Amino acid sequence: MAIKTNQAIKISQKHLLGIQDLSINDVNLILDEANSFIKVNQSKNKKVDVLRGKTQINLFFEPSTRTQSSFELAGKRLGADVMSMNISNSAIKKGETLIDTAMTLNAMHPDIIVIRHQDSGACNLLSQKVNCAVLNAGDGRREHPTQALLDALTIITRKKKIQGLKIAICGDILHSRVARSNIYLLSMLGAEVNIIAPTNLMPKEIEKFGVNTFTDMKKGLKDCDIVMMLRLQNERMTSSYLSSNREYYEYYGLTPDKLEHAKSDALIMHPGPMNRGIEIDTMLADDINKSVIKEQVELGVAVRMACLKIFCT
Amino acid sequence: MKKQYFINANIIDPYNSMNENGGLIISEDGKIEAIGKKVNINNLPSREKPIDLKGKYVFPGLVDMRVFVGEPGYEYKENFRTLSNAALSGGVTSVVTMPNTDPVIDNVSIVDFLKRRGRDKSKINIFPCASLTKNTEGTNMTEFGLLQNKGIIAFTDGVKTIQNPRLMSRIMNSAKDLGSLIMQHAEDYELAKNGMINSGIIASKLGLSGIPEIAERILIERDLTLLEKVKCRYHISQLSSQKSVEVIKSRKEIVKFTCGVSVNNLSLNENDIGDFKTFLKLSPPLRREEDRLALVQGLKDDLIDVIVSDHKPEDEESKRLTFAQAATGASGIETLLSLSLELYHNGSLKLETIIKALTSNPAKILKINKGNLSIGNDADLCIVDIDKPWIVKKDKLISKSKNTSIEDKKLQGKVTNTFVKGKELFKL
Repeated sequence: MAIKTNQAIKISQKHLLGIQDLSINDVNLILDEANSFIKVNQSKNKKVDVLRGKTQINLFFEPSTRTQSSFELAGKRLGADVMSMNISNSAIKKGETLIDTAMTLNAMHPDIIVIRHQDSGACNLLSQKVNCAVLNAGDGRREHPTQALLDALTIITRKKKIQGLKIAICGDILHSRVARSNIYLLSMLGAEVNIIAPTNLMPKEIEKFGVNTFTDMKKGLKDCDIVMMLRLQNERMTSSYLSSNREYYEYYGLTPDKLEHAKSDALIMHPGPMNRGIEIDTMLADDINKSVIKEQVELGVAVRMACLKIFCT
Repeated sequence: MKKQYFINANIIDPYNSMNENGGLIISEDGKIEAIGKKVNINNLPSREKPIDLKGKYVFPGLVDMRVFVGEPGYEYKENFRTLSNAALSGGVTSVVTMPNTDPVIDNVSIVDFLKRRGRDKSKINIFPCASLTKNTEGTNMTEFGLLQNKGIIAFTDGVKTIQNPRLMSRIMNSAKDLGSLIMQHAEDYELAKNGMINSGIIASKLGLSGIPEIAERILIERDLTLLEKVKCRYHISQLSSQKSVEVIKSRKEIVKFTCGVSVNNLSLNENDIGDFKTFLKLSPPLRREEDRLALVQGLKDDLIDVIVSDHKPEDEESKRLTFAQAATGASGIETLLSLSLELYHNGSLKLETIIKALTSNPAKILKINKGNLSIGNDADLCIVDIDKPWIVKKDKLISKSKNTSIEDKKLQGKVTNTFVKGKELFKL
């Protein structure tokens, strides 16, 4: 369990733009709060009224299933009025800039805006222009803070701690905001982080983030407690990063023989959506003893409820 | 015009190796009549009341080799009138304008328009560039000879690079035949693809695609290799990295060429981008502190010839976007001198080195009789209070566009008066 913090401690930030901006107290505050929502989500009456009368706008410029529905559900369970903008039918398509959209929405007095955008830093820009709190639901390849927080909560739930664990993050690190947020968060919470990727998918000077880097998956997985696989983001790949998916699977796909290099009780995580047979063996993905992928989704709602509550009040 | 007398100035004129305390006489027709220590209170006609400059500095009017003006096509960003006023306030009296307008400066008829507008609306000397290729598309050469005859000073695709090596070698052949100056913005498109800032830890942290230094180096190496076969007047517009300076150093012995650096790359580094400051989205990008220091050293070692402002006015709308969508470039002509002087005040460079890179060196490359205070020449000059502290505020900028890269920066040294052809056109 996360360290119990004094409830009087307030979050240090107005917005949740990235893990980079959070202190360890902030993180513990969110994780504790999220922990208390896990039960609520499993009970018959899932509704609490802490955000009654508050307005939450979901602004998703990129397609998303789990994050958007997770935020929508989280807001509704907290009693907020949730509106999800459908970008494909909006003025954005008519050439309106992000700032103008923000000003328009701001005039409707929302209490919180949840934004996902294909450009890194879009949430930062938005946060400078609106009066309400902004929650980042993923900006370009920069950060995806709630994903990292739910990953941390999942690990804590299973392993009872993060301090001292050895965690491998494997795959398309270059294009991954999930990887970046997790590197910050898991390092902050005392884990040793191994990054595994072919050089073409490894961000420049990533080792300066304080992680170990590997191009050999087996070496990178050695003695790991957690194996976090990332999706190959084909939609962001503009030129030849890889020769083929089958070669990628051969060298970087998580298969039972590669997993053997990790600890015997290692857990498998994936932020989804998965490319089965490309980055992960389909049997492993569904292995209920090893894979916690479904738990990640479940706890995602709790983490987002916690974030909405904390940043909205 | 009345004859003007100034005394007690610190005059720096690198072209004439002058660095002394003395006076200056500007004749009735706006020429330099006398200059230097021999001009003092004792040998001036007694009826004249000279202006005592009290130790202020006098430099030749600056020659800025890389300036974007919005005419034609982007008048809302900058026109010749607003550009002149901005330039004058920064002591710049001659500018080389880039051809990236709409339409592009790539044919004879548009040069006539440009010359006319420059003459009618501008108070400073305009030296227009034409593009190397039609519509800067990098496929067909423009008419260097005919354009030159119309008054084009040099050829460049400005923000673009000639990617095709065969075309580049043909451009060099033509430039050699016709004695044309060609200027290259060195960047390999494939290596720099989608890049926004320097490739490295900052790019990884901000989640932005990087532009590796090798994108610049590989292009410079290619061009300098081509230049070994064809000796034409070749200038690299801007260097940005330590490695590029190393290449320059190793090639200077073998081939003749010149190069420049933007004052932005001399004064700032990638850390200044902070939390997605789009005003610092520049091309070439700001790089590491080591790169900045190497560029300063390059000037010191005479490897880099010219400092430019890379003045690129962009309206607020093109900068109030996400970093990926925002326009590239910063407005900088009016802060060129003051920002360069920072390198003098912090002990990085000698004052003469800086002034040379802003006056006589660019004039020499361009083969124009500007950037000096020789007797008989137009009195294009600026008077500078070299210690005056001030703070850059975008609202106070004279340029039509306010996209300064150094908002709120504290600078030391300000132009107090600027003269073109003996006429005082700016006074603080």
